Amino acid sequence: MSAAFDLEAIRRDFPALDQQVHGRDLVYLDNAATTQKPRAVIDAVRNFYERDCSNVHRGVHALSQRATVAYESSRTTIRKHIGAHDSREIVFTRSTTEAINLVAASFLRPRLQPGDEILISEMEHHSNIVPWQLLRESTGAVLRIIPISDEGNIDLDAYQGLLGPKTRLVGIVHVSNALGTVNPIKEMIAMAHEKDIPVLVDGAQAISHLDVDVVDLDCDFYAFSAHKVYGPSGIGALYGKRKHLLEMPPFQGGGDMILSVRFEETIFNEPPHRFEAGTPNIEGALGMATALEYIDGVGLEAIRKHEERLMKEASLRLPEVPGLRLIGQARQRAGAISFVLNGIHPHDVGTILDQEGVAVRAGHHCAQPVMQRYGLSATVRASFGLYNREEDIDALIRGLESVREVFA
Amino acid sequence: MSDLKQLYQEIILDHNRNPRNCYAMPEASCSADGHNPLCGDTVKVYLRIEDGIVREISFEGAGCAICTASTSMMTESVKGKTVEEVIELFEGFHHMLTGIAEEQDVELGKLRVFEGVREYPVRVKCATLAWHTLRSALGEEADGPVSTEDS
Ligand SMILES: Cc1ncc(COP(=O)(O)O)c(C=O)c1O
Repeated sequence: MSAAFDLEAIRRDFPALDQQVHGRDLVYLDNAATTQKPRAVIDAVRNFYERDCSNVHRGVHALSQRATVAYESSRTTIRKHIGAHDSREIVFTRSTTEAINLVAASFLRPRLQPGDEILISEMEHHSNIVPWQLLRESTGAVLRIIPISDEGNIDLDAYQGLLGPKTRLVGIVHVSNALGTVNPIKEMIAMAHEKDIPVLVDGAQAISHLDVDVVDLDCDFYAFSAHKVYGPSGIGALYGKRKHLLEMPPFQGGGDMILSVRFEETIFNEPPHRFEAGTPNIEGALGMATALEYIDGVGLEAIRKHEERLMKEASLRLPEVPGLRLIGQARQRAGAISFVLNGIHPHDVGTILDQEGVAVRAGHHCAQPVMQRYGLSATVRASFGLYNREEDIDALIRGLESVREVFA
Repeated sequence: MSDLKQLYQEIILDHNRNPRNCYAMPEASCSADGHNPLCGDTVKVYLRIEDGIVREISFEGAGCAICTASTSMMTESVKGKTVEEVIELFEGFHHMLTGIAEEQDVELGKLRVFEGVREYPVRVKCATLAWHTLRSALGEEADGPVSTEDS
């Protein structure tokens, strides 16, 4: 762990930050959508193609052995990063989305009876809503929703009341991409476990901002994507408790997920390989592990402190912009800050900010139910990564002045 | 800023602030819903057509300034026109924004202010949503809500 948090050195690690957009220096504040990649990650992917490119788990030759070792040691890096004890509990997926769909198809579907309940919150991303709706349609299960307060906090009393004898799974976002809320998931998991209800955590946003420890949380499943934590897109991971993974049938069929195939009978491989059919995203896995090593090198505690300062600064200064209203003022927040400007649509704000070189997200953030909860169709969202500076907030505020000028 | 002035011209800002023909029309002869999945904006367009002529047109909903102004100005520009003329106008407008036709023979008039939107490809859908919805209301497209993703 490095002694000091050297922001300028960190920024130099990310080549994409050094560019101009519409004649202005890029100010990248869309990290909740995806993050930029450090040189180390780009090099890891390139090195694979330049030196070790081959398939995994099936070759006797040197390249294949190197690729297999690198792929499996990436799994170990991921395990360590999230505090899991056993690398067999880490399944590579395409993304958070695929990880959640895997749990829906292989874990929950076989257990569901008509009338059984799946409990999610009002602030979920579509990827933690739609897979359950699909299950509901095919099994007759019921989707129940934990309400949130005006500030954007989970209503824990309502949650307690919703945990019932028919609840088969709780699916909850760790950090909301639309509101920035950090949910008290450790407490929520304990509450569910008191009734023997398993919990899946959507960690897509949390993974880059918080020091996630799946054993301490005691979650049953934890899903996240590499691209939101400075790694490549097209690769993610599902952590699942071994006792669950062992019981789960395969997700997809193909190569690598079997021990033997005869036309009469196929014997499935052990977890995690049982859930990784076909040639995986090998270079993605290497890039993902490198990204996690990168942030471990900087130090998660230092990153958290730095980002907290940025969030605090933004929450203090943005409301000074006339007509600006923050959406979501939860007790604990990380990464993202959502707002609307009186009488000006977020899309227009986004276009004008872009002309000033400031990249934000304007829209419903794939979380339409929570937008509806606030009577909105869209918000503007600025989201921070470890490389953002206070000057980026200055640029955002200056950009918002331009917006107000255009619409004056 | 000058690029932005090209996009957000005064007439667009004016229609955004004070949209024309923005009301529900219970006695409409046809109507359709449009949806922009990118931003979640929706618009409903109502038409009263008599003898093949658009006698009355109104809308509810819309969203960003480009979308709202485009919808409002569309209602002004099609009122009193025949259905055929409206379809021609739709095509002329669509071509102006997607750059399919170099030469235009359709007289677009004030609608030319939206030409600047061409420079902002992600915003083209904001300007065309109302027109797609109108066309769907006229029965030229399959039934059901239209989506700008189809364009
Ligand atoms: C909270 C949350 N969950 C899930 C996802 C889906 O992630 P992915 O698209 O990488 O599968 C996102 C991404 O926007 C997110 O913010």
